[in-house]
Amino acid sequence: MTDPTPDPSMMSAAAIAAAFREGRLGARTVVAATLERIGRVDPAVNAFTDVLAERALARAHTLDAARARGEPLGPLAGVPFAAKNLVDIAGLPTRAGAKINRERAPAERDGAVVRRMEAAGAILVGALNMGEYAYDFTGENIHDGPTRNPHDLGHMAGGSSGGSGAAVGAGLVPIALGSDTNGSIRVPAAFCGCFGLKPTYGRLTRAGSFPFVGSLDHLGPLARSVADLALAYDAMQGLDPDDPVAAEGPPEPVLPRLEDGIEGYRIAVAGGYFARGGDPEAFEAVERVARGLGCTRRVEIAEAARARAAAYLITAAEGAALHLDRLRTRAADFDPAVRDRLIAGAMIPAPWIDRAQRFRRWYRTAFLDLFGEVDAILAPTAPCRAPKGGQTHFVLDGVTLPVRANVGVFTQPISFIGLPVVAVPVRVDAGLPLGVQVIAAPWREEVALRIARRLERDGIVDATPAVL
Amino acid sequence: MTETPFTEAERDAYIAAASALLALPVDPTWKPAIGANLTVLRAAAELVASFPLPEEVEAAPIFTA
Repeated sequence: MTDPTPDPSMMSAAAIAAAFREGRLGARTVVAATLERIGRVDPAVNAFTDVLAERALARAHTLDAARARGEPLGPLAGVPFAAKNLVDIAGLPTRAGAKINRERAPAERDGAVVRRMEAAGAILVGALNMGEYAYDFTGENIHDGPTRNPHDLGHMAGGSSGGSGAAVGAGLVPIALGSDTNGSIRVPAAFCGCFGLKPTYGRLTRAGSFPFVGSLDHLGPLARSVADLALAYDAMQGLDPDDPVAAEGPPEPVLPRLEDGIEGYRIAVAGGYFARGGDPEAFEAVERVARGLGCTRRVEIAEAARARAAAYLITAAEGAALHLDRLRTRAADFDPAVRDRLIAGAMIPAPWIDRAQRFRRWYRTAFLDLFGEVDAILAPTAPCRAPKGGQTHFVLDGVTLPVRANVGVFTQPISFIGLPVVAVPVRVDAGLPLGVQVIAAPWREEVALRIARRLERDGIVDATPAVL
Repeated sequence: MTETPFTEAERDAYIAAASALLALPVDPTWKPAIGANLTVLRAAAELVASFPLPEEVEAAPIFTA
């Protein structure tokens, strides 16, 4: 068979898998083209910290052989993907963006989400850059260098899953895995112009990944099409006794129903807190999505500012507790900005955290009441486009604020109670991309994905990869 | 919301005491940044605490529809 040389940056995971299944494309051809593009483009973007050429080519060979023997092929067969470097990869120390973690013993096996992606036929091609210990919204890693925004290399990729957003936005892989504690999938998806899914807390196993804030950590996929997002999400679902909060119910695949439309869905735009404190373009992006869906309804998410404050406190305290021993013995090896936030977090009085956790219960009850009236809520992902590389402060609504702590103002109040969100990429002009969160009720990822699919079908959202 | 005063001297004294309590060494040059972070955290805590939360509300991070 003569394979036409594919341009992987232009192919979706679904298209690659179909071409592979139908014998139009070999897995080795796809992997070779992917590795070539990573080698050519990534020095400028810096999305990858490890490229696993040997492993990927060996796996591609295995898949090509399996196809030749007529064996059953998974839904992601032949599809390259990469994972944020806090997910275990056999043979590598799980770095989590930290200098200190490089001294860990190499992981003995892949993290659960990598195993599940590969069980569906996907091919891991590398590990992706991230903010140190995921305490970051910039994608700027002091040890591995900043990940640059593929749509303008002078700007941030966003974080902490910066490598994941940039790898997808730069057309290096069709699917990347990231983690989201306060917005770390959704922010890079917005800045890098791709889709990101932060599922319901507990939906996808986190076993074999380095934690940050146990009560807020989620894993999820980023992709350039909604079908690819659903393919990856479906492949990673399932019980896992190795994650104490993993969902107990059966998997609920979305792909078979992705094209079923959104008739009957009640959709509203979040007002109040979510309609101020950002650049006008951030709200213009929401309005564009709302218009595209024929949505005129507004809802008020009560006490979102307090929710964000409570999430901020819980993050600092739980993150600090996780790293306390390292702070005692290895403080000089942290990124100073992360170190100082964590030390302050270690010093938080216990009543502040108890109050924040109890408020979380109240807020959850109040928020879930909204889902009696609506099925999905639209809100900006980030308050602005990607700031410039190295930028420490920005002006939002006339107020100068630190970038690192404030990019997540609109994402934190949502992940605080574990709601599923699809971050969709929106272009309102020729400038950098913006993002809109499509927020659904717990365990209703399908609602957000079907709305995202409708927006994609109607050309309201745009995940065209960067030209590099 | 009005924030309760917390002077820089009080903040530094708190950092020193917490550092000893936690056996967590703090280089003097880190104190301004740690202090700035504590100030932000304290403002967040006061915002949360100013909400009239009923006493019977318990923490329960469980997410079922």
